[in-house]
Amino acid sequence: MRMEDRNSLLERRETAQQALSAYRCRILVCAGTGCIASGSQVIAETMRKLCQDLPNVEVECCGHVPHIGIANTGCQGICELGPLVRIEPYHYQYVKVKPEDCAEIVEKTVCRGEPVERLFYESQNGKTCPKPEDIPFMAGQTRVVLEHCGNIDAVSLDEYIAVGGYDALSKALFDMTPDQVIQEVDRSGLRGRGGGGFPTGTKWKQVAAHTEAPVKYVVCNGDEGDPGAFMDGSVMEGDPYKLIEGLTIAGYAVGATEGYIYVRAEYPNSVSRLHYAIAQAEEAGLLGENILGSGVTFHLHVNRGAGAFVCGEGSALTASIEGNRGMPRTKPPRTVDHGLWEQPTVLNNVETYANVPNIVLRGADWFRTIGSDNSPGTKTFSITGSIANTGLIEVPMGTTLREIIYDIGGGIKGGGDFKAVQIGGPSGGCLTREHLDVGLDFDTVKKYDAIVGSGGLVVMDEHTCMVEVARFFMSFTQRESCGKCSPCRIGTKRMLEILERIVAGKGTLEDLDKLEEIAEFVRKNSLCGLGKSAPLPVISTLKRFRKEYEEHIVDHKCAAHVCEALKQYKVDPDKCIGCTKCARNCPVEAISGTVKQPHAIDPDKCIKCGTCLSGCPVGAIYVD
Amino acid sequence: MTNTIADVTRESDVILLVGSNPEEAHPVFGMQIRQALQRGAKLIVVDPRNIGLSKQAAVHLKLKPGTNVAFANGMMHVILEEGLEDRSFIESRTEGFEALRDLVKDYTPERVAEICHIDPEDLRTAARLYAKADRAPILYCLGVTEHSSGTEGVMSLSNLAMLVGKLGRPGCGVNPIRGQNNVQGACDMGASPTDFPGYQKVTNPEVRSKFEQAWGVSLPAEPGMFATDCFPAMLEGTIRGLFIFGEDPMRTDPDTNHVRRALSALDFLVVDELFLTETAKLADVVLPGISYAEKEGTFTNTERRVQRVRKAVPSPGNAKPDTWIFTELMNRMGYPQPHLTPAQIMEEISSLTPSYGGISHARLDSEELHGQGLQWPCPSPEHPGTPILHVGQFSRGRGLFAPYAYVPSMELPDESYPFLLMTGRILYHYNACAMTDKTPEIVEIAGGSFLELNDQDAARLGIADGDTIRVSSRRGTIETTARVSGKTSPGECWMPFHYLEGNCNWLTNAALDRIARAPEYKVCAIQITKA
Amino acid sequence: MSLLHVTIDGIPVEVEKGTTILEAAERVGVKIPTLCHIKGLMPDGSCRICTVEIQNRGRSKMDTACSAHCSEGDAILTRSEAVVKARRGILDMLLSNHPTNCFSCPSNGECKLQDLCYEYGVKETSCPGEMSNRPVDDSNPFFTYDPNLCILCHRCVNTCHKIVGCGAIDTMERGFESVISPAFGMPWRESNCESCGNCVAACPTGALTSKRKQNYRPWQVEKKVLTTCPHCAVGCQYYLMVKDNKVVGVEAADGPSNHNTLCVKGRYGSYDFIHSNGRLTDPLIKDRSTGEFRKASWEEALDLVASKFQAIKREYGNGALAGFACSRSTNEDIYMLQKMVRTCFGNHNTDNCARV
Repeated sequence: MRMEDRNSLLERRETAQQALSAYRCRILVCAGTGCIASGSQVIAETMRKLCQDLPNVEVECCGHVPHIGIANTGCQGICELGPLVRIEPYHYQYVKVKPEDCAEIVEKTVCRGEPVERLFYESQNGKTCPKPEDIPFMAGQTRVVLEHCGNIDAVSLDEYIAVGGYDALSKALFDMTPDQVIQEVDRSGLRGRGGGGFPTGTKWKQVAAHTEAPVKYVVCNGDEGDPGAFMDGSVMEGDPYKLIEGLTIAGYAVGATEGYIYVRAEYPNSVSRLHYAIAQAEEAGLLGENILGSGVTFHLHVNRGAGAFVCGEGSALTASIEGNRGMPRTKPPRTVDHGLWEQPTVLNNVETYANVPNIVLRGADWFRTIGSDNSPGTKTFSITGSIANTGLIEVPMGTTLREIIYDIGGGIKGGGDFKAVQIGGPSGGCLTREHLDVGLDFDTVKKYDAIVGSGGLVVMDEHTCMVEVARFFMSFTQRESCGKCSPCRIGTKRMLEILERIVAGKGTLEDLDKLEEIAEFVRKNSLCGLGKSAPLPVISTLKRFRKEYEEHIVDHKCAAHVCEALKQYKVDPDKCIGCTKCARNCPVEAISGTVKQPHAIDPDKCIKCGTCLSGCPVGAIYVD
Repeated sequence: MTNTIADVTRESDVILLVGSNPEEAHPVFGMQIRQALQRGAKLIVVDPRNIGLSKQAAVHLKLKPGTNVAFANGMMHVILEEGLEDRSFIESRTEGFEALRDLVKDYTPERVAEICHIDPEDLRTAARLYAKADRAPILYCLGVTEHSSGTEGVMSLSNLAMLVGKLGRPGCGVNPIRGQNNVQGACDMGASPTDFPGYQKVTNPEVRSKFEQAWGVSLPAEPGMFATDCFPAMLEGTIRGLFIFGEDPMRTDPDTNHVRRALSALDFLVVDELFLTETAKLADVVLPGISYAEKEGTFTNTERRVQRVRKAVPSPGNAKPDTWIFTELMNRMGYPQPHLTPAQIMEEISSLTPSYGGISHARLDSEELHGQGLQWPCPSPEHPGTPILHVGQFSRGRGLFAPYAYVPSMELPDESYPFLLMTGRILYHYNACAMTDKTPEIVEIAGGSFLELNDQDAARLGIADGDTIRVSSRRGTIETTARVSGKTSPGECWMPFHYLEGNCNWLTNAALDRIARAPEYKVCAIQITKA
Repeated sequence: MSLLHVTIDGIPVEVEKGTTILEAAERVGVKIPTLCHIKGLMPDGSCRICTVEIQNRGRSKMDTACSAHCSEGDAILTRSEAVVKARRGILDMLLSNHPTNCFSCPSNGECKLQDLCYEYGVKETSCPGEMSNRPVDDSNPFFTYDPNLCILCHRCVNTCHKIVGCGAIDTMERGFESVISPAFGMPWRESNCESCGNCVAACPTGALTSKRKQNYRPWQVEKKVLTTCPHCAVGCQYYLMVKDNKVVGVEAADGPSNHNTLCVKGRYGSYDFIHSNGRLTDPLIKDRSTGEFRKASWEEALDLVASKFQAIKREYGNGALAGFACSRSTNEDIYMLQKMVRTCFGNHNTDNCARV
């Protein structure tokens, strides 16, 4: 089982490829968290049972007997359309598959190679898309990090090897010195995908330079905590070996023998698949002592977070691994000098490490052909909110918002108007219509008071109140503030209080000035990056939607009709027939009027319960 | 201590802690050991109980009480077997190595494991850890000394340190953590039947003549009697008059019944005290002395560091400085002793005690020292003091290996008294609590005596945690509260020695260390019944 | 190693690489306020009050002096307009969640928050809002924790973890709800707290206060006398706080063996006995027939002792007397006692309680 040299890897690849091609048919069921939630595991089980009943074939049995494979793949990103089932070698992509569809799929496609057309995706312009790449959502992407997601069994080491996995590691170990690996990563211009965009090569060089350290660490930040972000989770559960390979290369490059993957508590699939994959890789001699007989050692451990957003911050994350309360510390010393257990530590996020095997294998020059000059490569984004196709995408850095929202995302859900997008999570900022043609990369987005962050995109339309958005994110950051430094702990609380006043219609214009003042104070004086960026949603919405704030304060109006306290129930006197039903049903006697005369609602008494609105026989009551 | 607290906690790689629970008995030292562990130093705990620090220890050797000599010999056996000894140190700085080698040859880990009730592999691990460390101090306390083989235990630990050359260097040494605040000073000051101040032997004619000249009297050539030997002498009628200054043997000495009989047999007992202690109650005359807050003077801590004690408040009523009392008595007994201030007394001390030769109140108070005190030996006013002893050379020249064979404790459990009792300190009190029990909050937290009983034993005896139990030895019976846990090994119990009610010293054995005459507080046989 | 050249408020200073701005400022006597900082530990950086302005190569940035290292050519401003504004902002924030009824606070007059607000002219908060309202933990007999007066500077936590090594307390909850607490929110008394009170001494406000402080206000302490703790042989240095000729408290000193720390006995158990009613105030002579003591004059008592001892000596010889010294007393006392035994008893029957 254990591979003792480079050659064994090549032999194993050949065997694995032969095995793959020997399948008569393969059923690839998406086992991303999204598809699992929509029932893909039931589909997989049903498929297995149905196939087992087929005459003259075996399920999952290699050899000379005709056999069918059923595999759980990583997330393909179009979670909106799950459960997804793909049948190879015909390359048919079925969407929204239900258990009752399985028999037909087996009968037609598995047995006869015929499509089940009704299960193909139909695009907005009515075009049928039999193959995955026909789907516009997929067509607009460049998949490097997510290249294997959807195409191979996520936890099968052999399938990973069959598609070229561990080629990069063996190249690094046998053809390159650690220094050459770092040079390659440095030359590729790869920047940290966790949000900061710090050059990865520089970081690795700094850690490699600590030749005096008795032990060094490679740490992977998989504590993806931004609301609506699931890029890293998809890599960890969808292509665990790629991440492990990337981490192992990093360990070799900087001279670390121990690695940790810190996975957020809410990703049980990632944790179990990583554990499984690590055990497989160790057994195969691709991890642990003397990897592929090279004499290089690298051990990898998985740590589960405990649900604290702040543990996504580097020093809080290492504190948490050490068993302490996850709280950021001041720098210097930097993590590269004094990281985990005070030893030099490389800390990158999942997506960064997942880029490494391709950079090592295909070279820095190839990598630089993708993306923009200062931000080469691709970036994964999770697009959520008021968008037609929610899901996970990967595009070259520098792709414009317009391409992402309209070409890939299919535009605004329900055909409404695009208003803004929150980028970079709760501590990011918002971009608006005027930024639609801005190419998204680290440096450009920064110019507009936002950050690429880890890549969460929350799309908002006209039905979104920007004050409420700011309040929502502020309540998140306040709740998730570690409580260490006073600007963040108290400042976010005071900002939240002001925002709560404004959405309740109780704000003043002085509040706006105070809000701006505190936001600026928190940004400048907080201890860690999370605190410094916590006010960004407030700062950017105040900058771009100040009018909305003022409307809330001066006119007591929420144009998006979101803020409950500002909704005004009114009676249209032209429509009202004076039936008195509303007055009788009103629990607080806020409605008055005489029979057959138009009624009126006293806004001071009204508690906005909506009873009158739903009960009016002629639709005379409306919300202003 | 051969080294300082800061040195053994900040410079060490491994700490070998034997028979000492510094977190409770010397808490501020304990804090610094905990800091050392946070820094990454490794800890070896050698203690019959699960003390707080054993949780953080790399190895915990839960020895059977009274087997320290066997443990130390076993460590040395492993070190020699694996060639981990410091050859050049042994050759250049010691003598008697062959005798040691011959003795420890028989102490194989397996044999030691049987004597000490430990795992032989743990002993090997501990020996390697200690021997291979660059800097490793031995810290020990009453768990080593309060045995009939106490001195032998200390010598064996010294052998161990010399064997691996861990003496006379920073972060090393053999370091007794002394008990009371000024127990080091009391020994330094010649409150000893064999030594004048500064460990100058009374049997040495030159020394004697120096003191005869200084004091203007002739002094006997033969040593006096150890305090622990005085009690039997009182019963025999050899000692008839006794002056006790600030001690409460009725509470602190072993076998209280025996102490009571001895003190009651005296013709005349005088006690100089702050309180009417159990001992003072037996006195013919009680003289009111004054507390540390009412006098000037010095204490010498466990690091041999002489530090100042300063007067903060006036003394109550007609209480008088103790030196005044002694001076008055001396004059009344025909010795012309002028009244001296504490500073003047220190001048006399330094003039007669070479190791204190450079110590004076003026110097201790000076800017030069920044309140850092002076560590003896400090032979001259220019000398900076000596933080680390035995640097380059031992006081006798070459360090002599003094090998000792293991000898079991004097009183071991038997059928009638099936449990072994150890005694010790807890965090909240000091010794007989004469001082600590005046603080009501301390009494609230740690008010009463208890006995730690192993949970398996407790189950067998039908005793639950918190039960009142009757504990007897051949010498006495007390009632106390059972604390049931796995802290002690089966068959072994532990009690604090602070409390008047349920005082363990009604039980303890007055068997003495064959050399230093310290009582075997740490081992006696008892029986336990539910009260 | 080459030195870095920086200026602090215009005063040039040369420092080694790795020197923090706070350390550099201390060297030239420029005082930078701190709340959370504990010398010798890694900077906590939570209070932000030591924020300074750093100008270098035409750029200006703000950073905390406790954590920021000096760089070549830094011009550090500790009282610039931006610095004062930032510090006022921090105090403003802290004060928005801190009661200002200082008259009833045990730390009134020795509260660092109070001092800094006074120095920076912050009289009240500009952003009032919800204030913490948590129950006071009164369970420890020696001290009280009032979370509503706590500014979360973590000095207590860092002291407990990194200096005491006990780890009884830590921050619990998150965001505005953050609070210092023993594990699982259990009462202080039930935790593994050793009552050493070093956290209390570290607290800059009235959040952790010694209950004994009810007996005196800080300004009533007439003198602080540096002395040595009378319990164990570590020899901790501390100050006895004296009010009306009575010791009312103890404050740790930076002694060579204790470095500003104390244990529960030293801090709380080393002075009540001095003023105990049980103290002996007069010589007592026992009537052998009744066994009762009676008060006597020094003359009578000393004469009696001397004559009795002389008589025993005469009758039974020099060896019949002995004198034990106390290893709790001073060197000077002990020296005189053994001198008395050797010169007047005429033997070496003297010993101390080293063995017991």
